[in-house]
Amino acid sequence: MMKHDPSLTDLRALFGADEFHARHIGPGGEDETRMLAAIGYASRRDLIRDTVPATILRDEPLAIVEPTTEVAALAELAAIAERNQIWRSYIGAGYHGTITPEPIRRNVLENPGWYTAYTPYQAEVAQGRLESLMNFQQMVIDLTGLDVANASLLDEATAAAEAMGVMRRASKHTSQRFLVDASVHPQVIAVIRTRAQWMGIEVIVADAMQADATSVFGAHVQCPDTEGRLRDFSSLAQTLHASAGKLSIGVDPLAAMLVKSAGAMGADVAIGSAQRFGVPLGYGGPHAAFMAVRQDLVRTMPGRIIGVSKDAAGNLAYRMSLQTREQHIRRDKATSNICTAQALLANMAAFYAVYHGPQGLLRIALRVNALARLLIDASGLTPVHSAFFDTVVVDPRSAGIDPLAIGARAQAQCINLRTLPDGRIAIALDETVGLDDIADIAYVLTGSRPNPQTMSADGRVGVEPHSIPASLRRDSAVLTHPVFNRYRSETEFVRYLKRLENRDISLVHSMIPLGSCTMKLNAAAEMAPVTWPKFAAIHPFAPRDQAQGYTLMLEQLGQWLAEITGFDSVSFQPNSGAQGEYAGLLAIRHWQTARGQGHRDVCLIPSSAHGTNPASAQMMGMKIAVVACDSDGNIDTADLHAKIALHRDALCALMVTYPSTHGVFEATIRDVCAAVHEAGGQVYMDGANLNAQAGLTRPGDIGADVCHMNLHKTFCIPHGGGGPGMGPIAVAAHLAPHLASDPFDAPDQANSVSSAPFGSALITTISWMYIRMMGASGIRAATEAAILNANYVAQRLKGHFPILYTGANGRVAHECILDVRHLKGECGITAEDIAKRLMDYGFHAPTLSFPVADTLMVEPTESESKAELDRFCDAMIAIAGEIEQVKSGAMDRLDNPLRNAPHTATEAMGDWPHAYSREQAVYPLPWVREAKFWPHVKRIDNAAGDRNLICTCPPIADYA
Amino acid sequence: MSSPADLKYTESHEWVRVHPDGTLTVGITAHAQEALGELVYVELPEPGRTLAQGEACAVVESTKAASDVYSPVAGEVIAVNPVLADTPQSVNESPFEQGWLFTIRPADPKATAAMLSADAYDNGPGA
Repeated sequence: MMKHDPSLTDLRALFGADEFHARHIGPGGEDETRMLAAIGYASRRDLIRDTVPATILRDEPLAIVEPTTEVAALAELAAIAERNQIWRSYIGAGYHGTITPEPIRRNVLENPGWYTAYTPYQAEVAQGRLESLMNFQQMVIDLTGLDVANASLLDEATAAAEAMGVMRRASKHTSQRFLVDASVHPQVIAVIRTRAQWMGIEVIVADAMQADATSVFGAHVQCPDTEGRLRDFSSLAQTLHASAGKLSIGVDPLAAMLVKSAGAMGADVAIGSAQRFGVPLGYGGPHAAFMAVRQDLVRTMPGRIIGVSKDAAGNLAYRMSLQTREQHIRRDKATSNICTAQALLANMAAFYAVYHGPQGLLRIALRVNALARLLIDASGLTPVHSAFFDTVVVDPRSAGIDPLAIGARAQAQCINLRTLPDGRIAIALDETVGLDDIADIAYVLTGSRPNPQTMSADGRVGVEPHSIPASLRRDSAVLTHPVFNRYRSETEFVRYLKRLENRDISLVHSMIPLGSCTMKLNAAAEMAPVTWPKFAAIHPFAPRDQAQGYTLMLEQLGQWLAEITGFDSVSFQPNSGAQGEYAGLLAIRHWQTARGQGHRDVCLIPSSAHGTNPASAQMMGMKIAVVACDSDGNIDTADLHAKIALHRDALCALMVTYPSTHGVFEATIRDVCAAVHEAGGQVYMDGANLNAQAGLTRPGDIGADVCHMNLHKTFCIPHGGGGPGMGPIAVAAHLAPHLASDPFDAPDQANSVSSAPFGSALITTISWMYIRMMGASGIRAATEAAILNANYVAQRLKGHFPILYTGANGRVAHECILDVRHLKGECGITAEDIAKRLMDYGFHAPTLSFPVADTLMVEPTESESKAELDRFCDAMIAIAGEIEQVKSGAMDRLDNPLRNAPHTATEAMGDWPHAYSREQAVYPLPWVREAKFWPHVKRIDNAAGDRNLICTCPPIADYA
Repeated sequence: MSSPADLKYTESHEWVRVHPDGTLTVGITAHAQEALGELVYVELPEPGRTLAQGEACAVVESTKAASDVYSPVAGEVIAVNPVLADTPQSVNESPFEQGWLFTIRPADPKATAAMLSADAYDNGPGA
């Protein structure tokens, strides 16, 4: 018999409860011993004791679950999922049933080639998803009738709030009043109210067609509105424009196939959600929201915008444009705090449009409208609003029908309708609805069930969308670009998906060593529940008693996250880390107000902070005081105390990242928190680096009052190529009463940050699975391994690239900054050259120029094995060798493989004018030949793309 | 590279040319444009706008950085450089001549007296 592992001491051990640890954590056994030896330690424990300050290091294990196997965790979650009841939901309000085409589910949503990619900052190895995001923008431009669109916002409500921000920046109207039509979705009004309060904007909720539109700087309306009503807002647009005001219109993408576009009505901005284009309801998300604006507003638009440029060979290439508007560069002067977008979901929606094409979408839109008219016809009821697309409102009392009887019949049929506050009933149809469903809904409404086979037989309900007045019909073609018209067969469609996928580096190729972004394993077992209908098919505003599985799952996950962070309560509402920051500051400001300190509005932020911190603080109406860092990269405590003294009576909060963005466990963190508290401030901990704390120390123990958790970093939700994210916050008990309220049920409280009460609830199942499988011991082991991996990389590379900052014992935390700033003066090589050269070796670059300009920050995560870390280090060391050759003159200062990187296959096949060989260019190390990743384009000209902004799909001829 | 001796300078890297009629032309220094990199966009104040001294009134953007430009004096904007809308790179290529940003009529004719000389700017802490 083979010798077995000596740790298998009894039968229970043979079940391998902690089997998943070795799946998730890269280095194990002898590799770990060798890595520890390389950095001079006998045990992981010794390394951790030298890295994490003794004042904050915990010995006691987390009081969460024990580890379990993939199979057992899946079974446990499946049992929880069974508690969810999937009723037919015709609630609408911005969320609709949809059919995810199987090729999109299988090849995109469930495909790590798509879901494990990072945000496309390194555009040369992201051309696939950049093309798809460009398709998304083109689709939004077509449907909204506006000039330029971004590549997704987080949800419809925040998109509307962002639209208000765009209009405030762009409007020359001096008023601080903003008009919101009373028939906008309640959750949208809730988030607009919340944002406005801290921007000094007064929100007027009224019938926009009646209200005084001359005294506001802008207005937000919706077509169709929350009652399904279609109205032409052209005259409102004219009135607003005549007094220097602006108009934004919330649109429904399917309705837009038939209805006059927002642009044609005169809107300056259009927003909406692309959810019903093939993205599951998921109890609230994730879904891609969108925004489109007139060309002159493009610089005031938030979010990522994909644009066209050229590469060094003159070929067409995509990139993210106008990044200087964004928080990572403009900080408190950015257009928004938005960072994470909804790239995966935007891509799904764009592919849905490619899959169906304009004719397919038109057929769906006509069918949904015809069914809505059929429902009216079959039920004999009069719709409250005669102009509608797919949502009808009926008033049972005026028809002499007992509302309680309708409720009882709906209950018996397991059908959810939406009862409006005044007792009228709204029924929103969608592409999943068939004739039987219409018969059932008619029965629920009237008590008599028409025969579904005969009710449409007499031709009274035709194809012509009669419920849309002629003046409100779309008169322009949409989706005319060839990309939406050439992949009709599934064979062609799947090949298009694969062709794009193959242009991108994702975690299926190699480690993605992005500092601060934590590109760890997204295990298949963690991802599986995302497409379970019991989680995916619930409407966010379905009655809570149908979502008991979600309630239980979120309760358990919330308890685990509270224990891991050392806090009292968790809110799942924020949809991203930046939104978590916003939600945390919101809770802090409410708490300060509640204790009579509402005037406190100064936020201290270290100079090394993520750009989202000052951007979020600015959105919360706070004044930002920047705290300097000392030469070791730590918070300059003298400056901190000086700033506290200066702002003592106005100090509201400190925002601090821990371990620092410089990748160091600062020993003074407890004192820093105490000093802020002593002056009456609160401590917001940015959770971007929580993966270096989990199990070793806790934000609550360190002295923070609130932190967000990037579930898409620390807790294994994949990055999706630029989103989704989830940024729930955990708070100490005193802040718990100030957590965000339900945006749908309590829209007047002005205390909501997202469209849905639990944000992107669907993907929290991923984090549940991760923690459930790892258990307390695994969470700690992962953190220790992340620190080991970072120190191992630092050890191997420090002789070639100086490590910029280390802690007291020479150790880094979970990431390290490679300082290459000296090279530019010495030999003309920049951090960007190194980043692009790594692509030739098959790697995605580390984080470039954050938190220190022109440096590279490496975060290996615990999931990478010694073999992969060595491969990356070998590549970096080989690059260091190339740099030495440039320095020595053995390679030309201008014509060298770094300056010319990356190299494409086309280039390697063609004329070769360079002083170095083709092999040196594309196969610089032997193992590169084993699995060569070919960058699709050469280095992209960023300046050309920003100077000459093109954000629409280029004509096919340009691809030559 | 030394800055032109006939101009005045601020510590925030603006230069000022004093014209015989008392109006001023404002731009950013060669050092400033070099630190920013290739410019892709310049946002300029509207002519007629009244500026306070030190007020952020223009933005210069490269692909990786954006920086405010502060008015060196209080006064009224008279004109802005029309070529920058299409060729923002003029600021890189000719920071002290073709790449000027705007002209301003200072509220106080002696407002430039306290500004830095070329020598003082070139040897200053930020240079």
